[in-house]
Amino acid sequence: MQFAINISYIIAAILFVFGIKMLGSASTAVRGNRISSLGMLLAVVATLARSNLGYEWIAGGILTGALIGFIAAKRVQMTGMPELVALFNGFGGLASLLVGWAEYEKARPDWSAYLTENDAVPGSWFSALVIVLAIVIGGITFTGSIVAYLKLSGKIGATAAGFPGQKVVNLLVMAGLVAVGAFFSIAVEQANAPSLFLATVALSLLLGVLGVIPIGGGDMPVVIAMLNSFSGLAAAAAGFVISNTVLVVAGCLVGASGLILTVIMCKAMNRTLGNVLFGGFGAASGAGDRQVEGEMKAISVEDAYYVLEAAQNVVFVPGYGMAVAQAQHVVKELAEILERNGAEVRHAIHPVAGRMPGHMNVLLAEADVAYEQLCEMDDVNAIMSTVDVAIVIGANDVVNPSAVDDESSPIYGMPIVNVHQAKTVFALKRGQGTGFSGLVNTLFFRDNCRMIYGDAKATVSSLVSEFDG
Amino acid sequence: MELILLLFIFTLAAFLGFELVSKVPSQLHTPLMSGSNAISGITIVGALIAAGQVEGNLSKWLGFAALVLASINVVGGYMVTNRMLSMFKAKQND
Repeated sequence: MQFAINISYIIAAILFVFGIKMLGSASTAVRGNRISSLGMLLAVVATLARSNLGYEWIAGGILTGALIGFIAAKRVQMTGMPELVALFNGFGGLASLLVGWAEYEKARPDWSAYLTENDAVPGSWFSALVIVLAIVIGGITFTGSIVAYLKLSGKIGATAAGFPGQKVVNLLVMAGLVAVGAFFSIAVEQANAPSLFLATVALSLLLGVLGVIPIGGGDMPVVIAMLNSFSGLAAAAAGFVISNTVLVVAGCLVGASGLILTVIMCKAMNRTLGNVLFGGFGAASGAGDRQVEGEMKAISVEDAYYVLEAAQNVVFVPGYGMAVAQAQHVVKELAEILERNGAEVRHAIHPVAGRMPGHMNVLLAEADVAYEQLCEMDDVNAIMSTVDVAIVIGANDVVNPSAVDDESSPIYGMPIVNVHQAKTVFALKRGQGTGFSGLVNTLFFRDNCRMIYGDAKATVSSLVSEFDG
Repeated sequence: MELILLLFIFTLAAFLGFELVSKVPSQLHTPLMSGSNAISGITIVGALIAAGQVEGNLSKWLGFAALVLASINVVGGYMVTNRMLSMFKAKQND
């Protein structure tokens, strides 16, 4: 039986690999997701075939969780996607923590019996160490994701909430965690091990909160990608705890893919991971604030309409503001009208626009924008000088030309959508404030840029009605 | 299972993971993330074993809680990913 179970685990792992592979291309992604879910089903069924399982608890647990997951997935609006993904991610992390804890409770009464039974070669310290890893990574994933969830859903302020000496506190907590975890691993068979264990749990949970609290909304894509990676690593650590191959393989695949995504997000902001985690961006600017010549010039919706009517080539550049205003449907409407009017329409999407990797793509796809019109930044930049009108909707830092031409700017070197090279730029904005970074956007002061103030959805709607009327 | 073997497959899986994801277009980042997040719910296997223990009181409760959470992660994760991807796919057939 054990042999059959292990073969099933291997097949499940293969299905995961194919699943992830196929998620990487639009034409195969749906099938890829189904294949990977099939792998999950196989792994679960194979596990149920183990001997000595009490099925009442299992049935109760699975049914409860499946029902909650089902309802949450059915009900969520596409705009609520970032926070839901963060929440699911946190649950996965907590589950891995609890798996590690459950194993500790199993071993605690009699370590020598536990070690013999499980053929644990290096001794109790190693079993304890992997338990610590599952607890620490799982705990950070859990509370970190919950804080990210609260920030993304607006239940707590999304700005970088720091306090003086925060970095020192974080470092102390981190050092404390390493020390407590190490002591626990060494002294796992001693009398004081349970209290060390509880301290490890508590410090891990605390570190997750402290680590994510100081990170502001615009850096969320990096944090979400990193927590995604952590949830995989937590599962892999749990796999070491219970010596289970499929947990190690699947967890590690997710850990690696999340890490790649994190690196891509960091590159898109021209920052290092350390800078995102410890930089506290919003607070640290100031150095690059130079005096900007000129003024921001507003334009009325009516005048904007005349320009758009004549435009042959239009690019939309959405940002977080489009998500806030829920303007994706009217944007799609306007894009259709422009196309019927003979213009070529694209949506230029910066990799870190929004609050999670690929956020804008999901919103526009929800609004039925054709997949081919969702363009990557580099493709649009190549043709930017031929663009008649670039419409910036609630994006700010990702179109700030200081990143290209002002070496003293903190965002210098960050790749941006080069809308300033377009013939005309319309910037839809609620007010004159700065973006997430707190930097002045020199784009708004350029000669080819016109501001259209107001709620993005209302503005785009009135543009649509100008065309209709 | 020997430890070395586990470390071995961990290392190989890491390289495989890097290879698989390095060329994903940015349009698909969200579904990729939420799909791989569902895979990280594989910890459900550990939860099943812990929750299904015949004895062990606290350990069993912990396993039960883990099982509920992991099931939410797995079922919700796959369904949400499927919902997102079906939006992407619909337009391809236009």
